[in-house]
Amino acid sequence: MLLGVNHKTAPVEIRERLAFSNDPGVPYRELKAIPGCEEFTFLSTCNRVEVLFVSSKGDETERKVRDFLFAGSMSYDEAGKYVYLYKGEEAIQHLFRVGASLDSMVVGEPQILGQLKDAYRTSSDQSCTGVILNRLLHKAFSVAKRVRTETAIGSSAVSISYAAVELAKKIFGNLKGKRAMLAGAGEMAELAAQHLLNQGIAEVVVANRTFERAVNLARCFNGKPLAFEELVPELAHVDILISSTGAPDLILHKEDVKPIMKKRRNRPLFLIDIAVPRDLDSKLNDLDNVYLYGIDDLNNVIDINKSERDKEAVRAERIVTEEVLKFMLWLGSMEVTPTIVALREQAQEICRDEISRTLANCKDLSPKDQKSIEKMASAISNKLMHHPILFLKGEDAPEDQRRKLAIFRKMFSLDSVSRQDNGESD
Amino acid sequence: MGDLLFKGTFLLYLLSTIIYSVFFFSQNKTVRKTARMFLLGAGIFHTIYLIFRYFEAGHTPLTSNHDIVSFFSWAMAWGFLSFRWRYQIKNFGSFVSILITLQLIVAAMSSSEVRELQPELQNILFPIHASIIITAIAFLAMAFCGAIMYLLQERELKSKRFGFFFSRLPSLDALDTLNHHCLSIGFPLLTLGMITGLIWSKQVFGSFWSWDPKETYSLITWLLYAAILHQRFTVGWRGRRIAFFTIIGFVVSLITFWVPSYHFTGL
Repeated sequence: MLLGVNHKTAPVEIRERLAFSNDPGVPYRELKAIPGCEEFTFLSTCNRVEVLFVSSKGDETERKVRDFLFAGSMSYDEAGKYVYLYKGEEAIQHLFRVGASLDSMVVGEPQILGQLKDAYRTSSDQSCTGVILNRLLHKAFSVAKRVRTETAIGSSAVSISYAAVELAKKIFGNLKGKRAMLAGAGEMAELAAQHLLNQGIAEVVVANRTFERAVNLARCFNGKPLAFEELVPELAHVDILISSTGAPDLILHKEDVKPIMKKRRNRPLFLIDIAVPRDLDSKLNDLDNVYLYGIDDLNNVIDINKSERDKEAVRAERIVTEEVLKFMLWLGSMEVTPTIVALREQAQEICRDEISRTLANCKDLSPKDQKSIEKMASAISNKLMHHPILFLKGEDAPEDQRRKLAIFRKMFSLDSVSRQDNGESD
Repeated sequence: MGDLLFKGTFLLYLLSTIIYSVFFFSQNKTVRKTARMFLLGAGIFHTIYLIFRYFEAGHTPLTSNHDIVSFFSWAMAWGFLSFRWRYQIKNFGSFVSILITLQLIVAAMSSSEVRELQPELQNILFPIHASIIITAIAFLAMAFCGAIMYLLQERELKSKRFGFFFSRLPSLDALDTLNHHCLSIGFPLLTLGMITGLIWSKQVFGSFWSWDPKETYSLITWLLYAAILHQRFTVGWRGRRIAFFTIIGFVVSLITFWVPSYHFTGL
């Protein structure tokens, strides 16, 4: 089961309330105390907070987890507007999509996989994961890897921010060591800033009319907050400006930037204006070494890459679906009955093989004798199977039960066939 | 023999240029590799040809039109190949190889006949002066190619219409660095070439400077490049302006190249 909020379901004000960054140990301790929460992992990033858990108690656990997430900041029903809950196959599919960065704000951005890996490492360090989650998360990592290597989803310009990065690369070549400034806030601007950071930009400075918001946002990027009045002088030290303020008028004129360019010794300045109405004077583009792009210009760049992106996304989704099916197959086998069936089949097969080999050497036996040898073989195998099967059927806590099953299947190598199918999984 | 070597060299350059152009359209890496191999082969062939010319003429082959242009393209080819060893500029080869081949066409059309050497040219300083100057201009020619690429790319970025060149040309920063790199090799060489020229002039004509048109033009060229570098270092000129002046500089240095001298014909 997977319960969470992300950038699509909850606005940033809600997500802010869910940030658990102070002490990473706390969520684990609290989640562990929830009854029925047998295995879990906890992922918290700027854009999403998700709890992935395995429970035998279903709804009851879900309710508790949701209470934990919102920690009393809003009622259960109110929270229901923002959270999503996936069960079974849907949860697996969602996790795979998250890992493969198909659910990200910037589709294809590579950071999420690292964050997921960290989350998994922490929860397994705290021994919060078990048989199912171990396998599920490892699978999620390998799905992400497959998507990355088999599709070009991570490489082509897929959104405004990709377009911005693409253009920045054509201007600056390498983005390492460059500085960006974010003026105002807004999903798209933050996204672009995040994306530039992913591309190795040195720092993001955040300017906002309300300094407090600048501070908050800057924390998100590990950057430096700036008062709005400092924006123009700071242009001497940044290379990229992403502007998306709600200002009704232009915030930056050609005359403001002209002296700045002298100070910059004409190092190129890339201005991105994604505000509506516009923040930046369109005459800025006439200045030497200043490149001004508005939202429509960026959309133009995107269109060039769009059809390709769609194709890649479809392929990526196909990989995810395929892997989900494979995982469901494995999950289905992790029950007592199918395990017993598989074990019996295996025993019968061994008996059949051995009998036919023996009988091939003793051709002078009467049909009756042959029958009794066959009977003996199956009796022996049944006797041998008897106690292991009883052990398997024994009542246990669900978590122990799964561990038992896993060991059991390993002992009799019942997964050997399916293991070859997805060889790279572990 | 010499004729055959020259034809072979020319053919290799031509093939390399054609393959580089194919690469420019297709952007297939194997094609680029082939083009580079051809250019390297052409460079080696060309070197052999120059050595052959040296023995054929009995002096450094830098006195006829044919030889000067041939040496010029040789210096450019090796200059470019040496760059490849240091760093890579996307699709730079496509532009440079065209210029090299154009020069070789000029060389092919001028007479490769070996002429009697005028006494002033027999001074040992003359081949030193000439080869340094020509190598300098080869680097300035590469700066010229880079400047053209810069202007093409900048135009697409400024007009926001992304056409044929956008994805094929490298970043503005890379091109600007290339320009800087070429000029900072080319300009010191040019200066050194001018100094050796002055000393040579003093030795054979008795005076350092005689306001001969060729001398005047070379002074203009030198001052122009000095100004470009000066502006870059002090005011921080870069990008489009530098590219623009680099192109002017190269055109002026070509004029200098062809401007007649009082002293000689065809130099």
